[in-house]
Amino acid sequence: MTCSEFLAQLDDLIDNDVTAALRTDLEEHLRGCEHCVITLNTTRKTIEIYRKHELYPLPNDMRDRLQKAILARCKKC
Amino acid sequence: MSTIQTQGTEEVHPDVALVNRARQGDVAAFEKLVRQYDRQIFRIAQHITQNREDAEDVVQDAFLKAYEKLDQFQGNSKFYTWLVRIAVNESLMRLRKRRTGKMVSIDEDVETEEGSMPRDLADWSPDPEAQYGQSEMGDILRKTIQGLPPGFRVVFVLRDVDGLSTEETAESLGLSIPAVKSRLLRARLQLRERLSRYFRKNGKDGAK
Repeated sequence: MTCSEFLAQLDDLIDNDVTAALRTDLEEHLRGCEHCVITLNTTRKTIEIYRKHELYPLPNDMRDRLQKAILARCKKC
Repeated sequence: MSTIQTQGTEEVHPDVALVNRARQGDVAAFEKLVRQYDRQIFRIAQHITQNREDAEDVVQDAFLKAYEKLDQFQGNSKFYTWLVRIAVNESLMRLRKRRTGKMVSIDEDVETEEGSMPRDLADWSPDPEAQYGQSEMGDILRKTIQGLPPGFRVVFVLRDVDGLSTEETAESLGLSIPAVKSRLLRARLQLRERLSRYFRKNGKDGAK
């Protein structure tokens, strides 16, 4: 398996959506390719970090204001 | 000891009952749906419009539109997926208004060299987040994701941050499943590549 072939399966590997046979091939490639190990681990970490940090929190006061405005407009419908 | 009882074979999503009540004019039921999803809709709108005022307007308009169109909601998809589709359209409309004359679309396929093959192959420090304070980290993550084409950004947010499935993401964005998959891979790789400048083992040196 080449690095390009590995990369084409990267998302399915991360999302745990690969057959047992394919997983064996991918793991075999990883055993001999440090670059792909780094790519896999740091891509996983990228997703984890974005999932963990809320970049656009909705503050409670703004949330209340928006909810009131939405419901007031719905009631007029 | 409690037991789990299954009722019938079809599992009905709790939103369906709220939607049905809201359809009959029960605004309190709709309020529950608003409270359930307003944060996610705000986040999606912010990622697309990159403007706080626009994102606030999108939240209001998307929920109002959903309320007005509840009769059109078929129930083949989840209420949330349907709502996201409305919010994405509203966000794009706002973006078009701001960038008059500029093409704004999430369905154009962006061909970029970047992301097809990782170039930065340096490993990251074991705990990259420890190098930065909470607010600096937020700035880095916002700046990094804002650099992606909008069509990549929104696929990444829906799939990886919001947790929608590939099928739900495709439905929300009106894209094919292969298009979602291809964008997700490129988005993930581009973000990884860009974050490497901040998180590589040598610390902050490469971040300038």
